Amino acid sequence: MSGENLRQDWIDGMRVMLPLLPGTVPFGMIAGVVASNAGLDALAGIGQSVVIFAGVAQLASTQLMADAAPVLVVILTGLVINLRMAMYSASLAGHLSALPRGKRWLLSYLMTDQSYALSILRYTARPEMSLASKYAFYMGGAIPMWVVWLAATAAGYFLGNRIPASWSLDFFVPLGFLALVIPAIRDRANAIAALTGGTVAVLGWELPFNLGLFLAALAGVAAGYAVEALGSKPEENA
Amino acid sequence: MDKQTIWFAIILIGLGTFALRASFIEIGGRFALPAPVTRALRFLPAAVLSAIVVPAVLRGEAGTLYFGIDNPRLIAGIAAALVAWKTKSVLATLAAGMGTLWAMQALL
Repeated sequence: MSGENLRQDWIDGMRVMLPLLPGTVPFGMIAGVVASNAGLDALAGIGQSVVIFAGVAQLASTQLMADAAPVLVVILTGLVINLRMAMYSASLAGHLSALPRGKRWLLSYLMTDQSYALSILRYTARPEMSLASKYAFYMGGAIPMWVVWLAATAAGYFLGNRIPASWSLDFFVPLGFLALVIPAIRDRANAIAALTGGTVAVLGWELPFNLGLFLAALAGVAAGYAVEALGSKPEENA
Repeated sequence: MDKQTIWFAIILIGLGTFALRASFIEIGGRFALPAPVTRALRFLPAAVLSAIVVPAVLRGEAGTLYFGIDNPRLIAGIAAALVAWKTKSVLATLAAGMGTLWAMQALL
């Protein structure tokens, strides 16, 4: 476990995160604008990016604050939107649970769709990675994401949204995930999982609290598991 | 909503979100997840990434889902998917997707 290799893991984590960062800039700026328009002071408007650090939840809860919704509704909305994080946590547990508590808590705090996706795909592709390598790779990507999100929220809060919507920079987000998911569809079970996830997300698109995404993830996982379980039986008996 | 209530909400959402993020990573050190759950979770990346991508690619001008082939995001998404499949390169996928989207927005 040489220091040189860990440095390389850290750099690799940063390098694969880089293309995913441009898409978060317009999104973060919108979160800042919405906070400013909702009448939050600078400390709360930007501080929520530090305390919550989850874009969709921040946008939804800020909007509810502006609408003077009951505080319990604001809190529950923010949490239901982030339910998928528990699935990410379960998926990463086998790889990262053995880290000391400080590192576990830090990487948990920094968990995003992006840091989860990049890390789990890397860990799966390289089963020989050491625990220290896995942590270095994760943090290499997660820290730049945190910095960019915070900077984008602050810029949006103070300057307003200076990026014209016609540039469609928000489209970088799905394109980045698309580039990750296509190579991840390695076999029939993964293809069915992706197909089911996409279909349920479309069907559940109008559900509140981002629940469509959570249900789509659950349904996709169940479908992939079912296909694998059914498909593997004849081979086991042969 | 007054300042104290706003901070109350922000801090509780922050703590709750941290608990969700840490949940199984913390539990995992003490109890192993049941084998079927671990097996099923191997499909989470494909399922959740597809669930993020598909509605975003189908989003039309009005902000609602639009399945027509004159939806620039849909065409750009298909072009990007083909490039992702052929090249496995994130940068090439981003270039193909954004290039197609911008070209179609300029033309339509």
